[in-house]
Amino acid sequence: MASNIGPVLEFEKPVVDLERQIEELKEFSKQKGIDMAEQIAALESKAESLRLEIYKNLTTWQRIQIVRHPKRPTCLDYIAMIFDNFIELHGDRCYRDDPAMVGGIAYLDKIPVTVIGQQKGRDTKENIYRNFGLPHPEGYRKALRLMKQANKFNRPVICIVDVVGAYPGIEAEERGQGEAIARNIMEMANLTVPVLVVITGEGGSGGALAVGVGNKIMILENAYYSVISPEGCASILWKDATKAPEAAETLKISSSHLLSMGIVDEIIPEPLGGAHKNPSETANNIKNALINNLNSLLEYSPSELLEMRYKRFRDYGKFIE
Amino acid sequence: MLKDLFKTKPKYITVKTEREVVNRDEPVEKKEIPDGLWIKCGRCPQITYIKDLEKNLKVCPKCGFHFRISAKERLKLLIDKDSFKEINANLKTVNILNFPDYESKIKKSQKATELTEGIITGEATIDGIPVVLAIIDFAFIGGSMGSVVGEKLTRAIEYSIEKKLAFVSVSAGGGGARMHEGIFSLMQMAKTSQALNRLAEAGCLYISVLTDPTMGGVFASFASLGDIMIAEPDALIGFAGPRVIQQTIKQTLPEGFQTSQFLLEHGFLDLIVNRKDLKQTISQLVKFHLNGGGMNGQ
Repeated sequence: MASNIGPVLEFEKPVVDLERQIEELKEFSKQKGIDMAEQIAALESKAESLRLEIYKNLTTWQRIQIVRHPKRPTCLDYIAMIFDNFIELHGDRCYRDDPAMVGGIAYLDKIPVTVIGQQKGRDTKENIYRNFGLPHPEGYRKALRLMKQANKFNRPVICIVDVVGAYPGIEAEERGQGEAIARNIMEMANLTVPVLVVITGEGGSGGALAVGVGNKIMILENAYYSVISPEGCASILWKDATKAPEAAETLKISSSHLLSMGIVDEIIPEPLGGAHKNPSETANNIKNALINNLNSLLEYSPSELLEMRYKRFRDYGKFIE
Repeated sequence: MLKDLFKTKPKYITVKTEREVVNRDEPVEKKEIPDGLWIKCGRCPQITYIKDLEKNLKVCPKCGFHFRISAKERLKLLIDKDSFKEINANLKTVNILNFPDYESKIKKSQKATELTEGIITGEATIDGIPVVLAIIDFAFIGGSMGSVVGEKLTRAIEYSIEKKLAFVSVSAGGGGARMHEGIFSLMQMAKTSQALNRLAEAGCLYISVLTDPTMGGVFASFASLGDIMIAEPDALIGFAGPRVIQQTIKQTLPEGFQTSQFLLEHGFLDLIVNRKDLKQTISQLVKFHLNGGGMNGQ
């Protein structure tokens, strides 16, 4: 089941080893013509319970390993599986087209929508081209251009979020990524169409929030959303980036924490072991969640959508008065 | 005048051969003013008697280097004497995530700054004109923005809207969005930024003043969204920290990277203003916008 899909994560090794043993045993029994059905069945049921034991009790850090898996579906993979007739639109009209942020128009269940998201590469070559899915300011500005275009034509906006964080690079600072992120946040709050956000992988701080000001915010089961990367937090807190697993727990960034804190509205289930184990099943789950949420938002007037979104973000924060 | 002829020291224009820029590798430790009578400049070799430095608004008399100042000092410098009415002073921090040592960090910062949280907000007059002010104190957990800072900023913006007054923020938010409150701090970026939409709809002016240092989530939200963007000279301003960038790209950063001058050159600031001229500049800018500004302002 798992063994043919990219690299094996450390915590999955017991399952993968067992699966390999089962394969070998099957091969052996076939070659030698010995009936080993009983032994194989026993091992398979053992593997099944081991899978459940491992994947049903994932730590936050293990989930982060899953969302960083090189075979995890990317934004364009999901767009191809969820939407129809996607036409990609390029460029920020100021500087260049940023391949780390993609967007365009498509149908979601026959409704025209604008879909936008960060795009990680699917191999080393594409990762270099896409800057590992880390947008430059022009990426955020392209996203904003497409959102405003959607608003003009009364088209819902769907953002697919998967980004480690903002890009620590000279050019990104020269071209003002701080300003670009700030402006996106402010302008997104002004959209009068439904805005749906799905965090499919990494919801990394400002880079995620720049396309994250939605009426409804959904998150895949293993995805996370955080103010700082666990590694960054660990190196500040304990001067030791290898303590990222502890930091991930401390920051409460898993989907279930985010749901209980009211940061997200819905957790979209992933197949056992993560989205990459069955991309089409994952895409289907996302599609259903999007359609349901979009249908409920279509009931609201533009001013109600605006007010609803404003109130959502106005209310965040805990303090004593 | 006759006595001008007897001036012993003629004044020369100083021409810098190289851009003098501070090495900001250690932005936190460098410019804190320790207890003592004398203080060394953060840039030039000048050692100044503290009382003299204070008289000079904590600007090096030799090279013009701007030392960091507290929110209270900043307030005094910007407004008419005794004109400040603080609002929402009693909002207190909650350790939402049970983050380790957060309470003790808060207590330490409270002691150091004599503030309950990292921002002062309220109404005051500048040359007789009422404005709403929000001033971040860097000494309070790096001037970072958690729930209280975000809420006080938002309420100050709402107060501006209600009273139809200009809003002036002074940021020294080197810490960005405060890690200790996790995702709630990130949400303050959205909360404060979206409030500025309503300020704009109400036709109120927003002046954002950036001081050393303004980074991360503070820079990537309300602080970048001023109608007019001002910075003090030599302030470190940016999104990603210089050390993180250096570690990522493994190259030396260009001279003057992420300073006020750098931002002005790249088009992200309207002007750089010396501390001694800040009140005057803000006052002038606010005056342009009185009574709705433009043709209504006659």
